[in-house]
Amino acid sequence: MSKFHVSTQVNGDAVEFLCDPRETLLDCLRDKLNLTGTKEGCGTGDCGACSVTVEGRLVCSCLMLGVEAEGKQIETVEGIADGDMLHPLQKKFIEYAALQCGVCTPGILVAAKSLLEKNPNPTEEETRYWLAGNLCRCTGYDKIIRAVMDTAAELREAS
Amino acid sequence: MALDDRKSEFNFVGTRPDRPDGLDKVTGRAKFGADAYAPGMLHGAILRSPHAHARIIKIDASKAEAHKDVKAVVTRADFSDKPEFKPGLEGEFWNVLENVMAGEKALYDGHAIAAVAATSALAARDALKLIEVEYEVLPHVTDVDKAMAPDAPVIREGAADYSVPAGMHPNVVRYHESGHGEVEAGFAEADLVIEDSFATEATHQGYIEPHACLAMLGNDGKGELWCTTQGHWYAQKYCAAALGIETAQLRVTASEIGGGFGGKTTVFIEPVALALSRKANRPVKLVMSRSEVFRATGPTSSASMDIKIGMKKDGTITGAQGIFRLQGGAFPGAPGDMTAMCGFAPYNLTNVRQVGYDVMANRPKQAAYRAPGAPMGAFAVESVIDELCKKLGLDPIDVRLKNAAHEGTKANYGPTYERIGLVETLEAAKAHPHYAAPLKPGQGRGISCGFWFNHGGETSVSLALSEDGSAQLMVGTPDIGGSRASMALMAAEVLGIPYENIRVTIADTATLGYNDVSHGSRVTYASGLATIKAAKHAVEKLCERAAVKWGIPGDAVKWEDGCAVPSGPNAGDFDPMPLADITADMGATGGPISGHFEATPEGAGVSFGTHIVDAEVDPETGKTSVIRYTVIQDAGKAIHPDYVEGQFQGGAAQGIGWALNEEYVYGEDGRLQNSIFLDYRIPVASDLPMIDTVIVEVPNPGHPFGVRGVGETGIVPPLAAIANAVSNAAGVRMRQLPMSPPRILAALKENG
Repeated sequence: MSKFHVSTQVNGDAVEFLCDPRETLLDCLRDKLNLTGTKEGCGTGDCGACSVTVEGRLVCSCLMLGVEAEGKQIETVEGIADGDMLHPLQKKFIEYAALQCGVCTPGILVAAKSLLEKNPNPTEEETRYWLAGNLCRCTGYDKIIRAVMDTAAELREAS
Repeated sequence: MALDDRKSEFNFVGTRPDRPDGLDKVTGRAKFGADAYAPGMLHGAILRSPHAHARIIKIDASKAEAHKDVKAVVTRADFSDKPEFKPGLEGEFWNVLENVMAGEKALYDGHAIAAVAATSALAARDALKLIEVEYEVLPHVTDVDKAMAPDAPVIREGAADYSVPAGMHPNVVRYHESGHGEVEAGFAEADLVIEDSFATEATHQGYIEPHACLAMLGNDGKGELWCTTQGHWYAQKYCAAALGIETAQLRVTASEIGGGFGGKTTVFIEPVALALSRKANRPVKLVMSRSEVFRATGPTSSASMDIKIGMKKDGTITGAQGIFRLQGGAFPGAPGDMTAMCGFAPYNLTNVRQVGYDVMANRPKQAAYRAPGAPMGAFAVESVIDELCKKLGLDPIDVRLKNAAHEGTKANYGPTYERIGLVETLEAAKAHPHYAAPLKPGQGRGISCGFWFNHGGETSVSLALSEDGSAQLMVGTPDIGGSRASMALMAAEVLGIPYENIRVTIADTATLGYNDVSHGSRVTYASGLATIKAAKHAVEKLCERAAVKWGIPGDAVKWEDGCAVPSGPNAGDFDPMPLADITADMGATGGPISGHFEATPEGAGVSFGTHIVDAEVDPETGKTSVIRYTVIQDAGKAIHPDYVEGQFQGGAAQGIGWALNEEYVYGEDGRLQNSIFLDYRIPVASDLPMIDTVIVEVPNPGHPFGVRGVGETGIVPPLAAIANAVSNAAGVRMRQLPMSPPRILAALKENG
């Protein structure tokens, strides 16, 4: 099967790749662009480890085809920090020990950032429901929820 | 000096610094199993049996082999129990190989039959469809009680060991019996005896990272393997055996590991990737899909259990008996012995007897899952204790305190306990505000204790000092939950240099001596002990070098706060010499300074916890919500308290899933019905409350800083604690897990 040429923007950089129409955006990010920070946990959109934003919207990159990325703006975990300046969420996740194995962390950070952009003052319940699409098997979510809510409070104070 | 008095002497241990791998993990830089690539790399894929039990008549791979994108196809004939390799694999080596690639029979839905390596992942997946397999479908059995019945299909003749009494079905492969006293006499003394039966389904460890590896193996018998594993020396040993090569010729590097919980203590795809690589003479990457993880990697055992306990009106347990039948898939290994030994372990009993069965069925080979075997036993035993308390009108914590094991208690499974912390966890539970908090209508509170053995295991650690006074520490236990932070804290404590100046690496199999797997809650205990001893070894050398510089005897120097100092006024009057001043010219004073430790530490120290949970049952839907949860557990000494709390919380969350949602569902055809996360639902953020923790510290005499492993015990009490809470909330005793809404509704209906 012949491949498609795709031009897109990832974390602000213009990129191109060739992909089979069956390959997911996740496959393309990882195997063609070497952006392996985005993880595959299930391939069925149930675990959120592959969370990215496309045109600002939170999606599971395993549920979107690579060819659908044509002309889109994509943000991944690799784009969350501003150069060597970590995003406040990243700092809080380290400070709160909000990760153990860390494989769900990229997806959770992308999802949490997306939450705070839409809702700078989420309740615990809102935070839990927003992140309900991101499975973590290590932490029981306690420290994750605390880290996200404390980041939200800090960002509100700063603004 | 008692260990308790030393607490104030710690400078680093007990603090909460940022973990050393934090930056890598929050930026996406950390390299997990599937994140490795190699020049010329092929992609592998595995063909799996659609049948629960079938004889493999013929495998025709000729069409796949002829495909232009396919570079290798392997079947069992490419592994080492064939005469051209090293014949005669036995015991667990044979079991693991048989599980990795089926021999004469497919033993469960998902059992590997053949594998291909092709130029792309898509091509490999497509090529599987070109392999033709002829099966003779055989009768199957997946239920533990049915697998023991006289008419059950035999999984494999001759799999049973010497322990199994005569006359049992060949699917019963190991038998355990232990205890002391006379249980019948104990029951005769009781004011109330309750006998009841319980069942739990298999659950999966559910790590978010599927198994993944990158393998290279040449015809010279030399290989390289990168994989996500809890134990790369285990992977080295088992892969070498399966491939018929020398262990030392295979270098295994552990990737960052995306969760394991026991499920990554063995090999599944690694020998297959190596066999494909050897045949194709190219590197091969193999990554499991989630469905493959559920169908073909180790879930925990399912269990069927009968418990009988007698109690006096004052709460004294007079006799206790348990029969525990565990189904562990199509291979020996279900931890029926562990379940039997753990169930009554929290209690000081005069009369106790426990029996455990290891039973085979047509399911994937069970793997360890966090305190393997213990949660089911605790569920059954602690449910009956709760029922006795209720019927006799006794407080469940008081009854547990009355019967609690303590230092000097002869444990139900034989040994006499050293210093243990069960009573302290129960007292902390009783004093916790949670235990006194009011409940709303429809809510109930449950408590349960839990026990786990903990483990030491073979351990090697090496520590090397740099000229600038920084230190590199090499440990061999993959870091699943932040252990590099704990290791650096312990090394900093001994060396007296800042935590940040220590770089901890998980060494590969070629650069450090043998290490047992990251399991048995052993890492902070055993690698920690080895780290302390390796650092002390380096300190001895630092003192010797300082002595040479000062021209005084070696034993006239001691180590204090990161400096060599004269050991007393008679040793001489010298200013403290910092570590970096000694390492700066170590090349000239005797050469590089390193510290090593290799041993099998034996003093892991058993572990206990007590959990309190409030649950609310919706009588309309049967849905149970966990409203409040408190974990109280003895950590001995918490090295990095954040990650100790994390272990408590994670164990509780997995236990909540096991209690309420998670189960392997098999159809009549023996096929797994729920092999994706949509259908096998693990707890999500909106299912859970905050999980409160209390770290009890009763120092373990077997560790220099008092550490007890904390990883596993946290999953032991939740099943029973939630069942007890549900019983108090809804007035129904749930004897089968998971307590899913349909089961609760049925129980409510039965109750009228």
